[in-house]
Amino acid sequence: MSADKKRRQALTLASLSGGAVAVAGVAGAFGMSLAPSRRTKGEGAPVEVSLAQVEPSKLRIVSWRRKPVWILKRTQEQIDSLQETADLADPDSESSEQPDYCRNATRSIKPEMFVAIGICTHLGCSPAAAFPQGFLCACHGSYFDMAGRVFAGSPAPTNLPIPEHYFTEHGTLVIGVAAEEASV
Amino acid sequence: MSKVSMKGLADWVEYRLPYRDFVRNHLTQYWAPKNFNFWYYFGSLALIVLVIQIVSGILLTMNYKPDAAKAFDSIEYIMRDVNFGWLIRYVHSTGASMFFVVIYLHMLRAMLYGSYRNPRELLWIIGMIIYVLLMAEAFMGYLLPWGQTSYWGAQVIVNLFATLPVIGEDVSVFIRGDYAISDVTLNRFFALHVVALPLLLLGLVFLHLAALHTHGSNNPDGVEIKLNKDESGKPKDGIAFHPYYTIKDSFGAVVFLAFFTPIVFFAPELNGYFLEFANFVPADALKTPEHIAPLWYFTPFYSILRAVPPFFNTQVWGVLAMGASIGVFFLLPWLDRSPVKSIRYKGVYTKIAMVLFGISFIVLGVLGTLPPTDLRQILAQVFSVVYFAFFLLMPWYSKAEKCKPVPERVS
Repeated sequence: MSADKKRRQALTLASLSGGAVAVAGVAGAFGMSLAPSRRTKGEGAPVEVSLAQVEPSKLRIVSWRRKPVWILKRTQEQIDSLQETADLADPDSESSEQPDYCRNATRSIKPEMFVAIGICTHLGCSPAAAFPQGFLCACHGSYFDMAGRVFAGSPAPTNLPIPEHYFTEHGTLVIGVAAEEASV
Repeated sequence: MSKVSMKGLADWVEYRLPYRDFVRNHLTQYWAPKNFNFWYYFGSLALIVLVIQIVSGILLTMNYKPDAAKAFDSIEYIMRDVNFGWLIRYVHSTGASMFFVVIYLHMLRAMLYGSYRNPRELLWIIGMIIYVLLMAEAFMGYLLPWGQTSYWGAQVIVNLFATLPVIGEDVSVFIRGDYAISDVTLNRFFALHVVALPLLLLGLVFLHLAALHTHGSNNPDGVEIKLNKDESGKPKDGIAFHPYYTIKDSFGAVVFLAFFTPIVFFAPELNGYFLEFANFVPADALKTPEHIAPLWYFTPFYSILRAVPPFFNTQVWGVLAMGASIGVFFLLPWLDRSPVKSIRYKGVYTKIAMVLFGISFIVLGVLGTLPPTDLRQILAQVFSVVYFAFFLLMPWYSKAEKCKPVPERVS
């Protein structure tokens, strides 16, 4: 091979690899600009809600991280309805999302106080109270019981998620953080 | 200016930019088959709708505010206070739906006459990419008014990506730029809708036409007119695109506008099919409307999505089926093993299959606009199977059937 041709090849290789490094670097930086910004991340702080206005069997909806969070004070009848688990897809919430302290029969800290993220685990619509003992997501027809547990045959694969939360001594509910983490 | 100096100016330009060559090669001596029929209007109509959308879109951008706090009000401002703002907005929203009407008929034409067959496979694939980008363009544009269906429609579609295993949740956060649909999402969808996707679309439309003009159009008989040329090299069954087809297409354009303008003036919502009623309510992140459905042009695929039940605690199968229902169109040039191109000479199996496919596309489309019930769920499942069978059995039925003899020249 002639010296000229070798030189030309070396130059081509050098400029191509230099260019590739530059493109990769810029693509990385430009791509990362699409991920949540620092301000967006900072907006996920916990929210505190007063429970003075919460009436039994009346669904209260508050916003946390721009998602609807449900607060429902269940009646005794509604709590009793949770014992019927035959038709549920995941009655023990094994593959569902909830803090460990809510992995129990009522999926809650106090049996009567149900707190859940009101976003269907199928494709993210917000279900509504529809029939006496549960919720219906009208978008794609998923049914949930009074603890947000999905009925078998619904398109939603898992139960409604329960956010981290705790009840304070002065009658408020804090959503977005567990009691032990908050006190630290 | 006198005639002489006009000629001089034209020559001056021609020497520097040979436009006469271009006009000759692509219009006055571009030979198109003489037997184009009704179905051949839709390519030029798609181009006209593209221009309508760009012009009306630019005017909307001048008064629209891509800001979650202001977007809904800015649309109302356009509708009420901007001079002829209502007209511009309704032209744009009607244009979006009419774009899909035209594109679906354009695709059906290609399927009827085998326009995707050798040597036009790339032409078909570029067209399919345009179609997919157009769906993205329509979807992102629909978020901009920031109404209830804007918000919850975007929520559902972006969550489709969240069903992917392992990376799904991160992908959906990356698309939104936030943990829920928000101002951040609105802003980036605006950027994609008005800058990125239109640029890509224009580039692809150029490639689509370049590929088309390489081998010329197919025709209703599916025979290559370039195989029969006279002494001068002109195909015997070809006629000049200009003036013959420019005149035909301008007639088609006027007829199209006779359908388009009454919708704009008298029924821009088209009873909820072109503009959904829930979208006249501002977006509320805490409450989903009673019934949400995508706009009509997405509903066949949406039905397929809903028809597939979850397995193994994931809904990804429905999403994959929906992706496949669009992706399978790309394979059409290789699924069709028929010795002939046009439906005119294909056998009875293909004709039955085409009719069944047409029925299933329409039934799935109607089901997608309705709330789900048990009966509708079963119907959607049956017609989803028919839909896929049309494509996946094509290599067999298109090969096995008895075709009619194809004539030497177009009839």
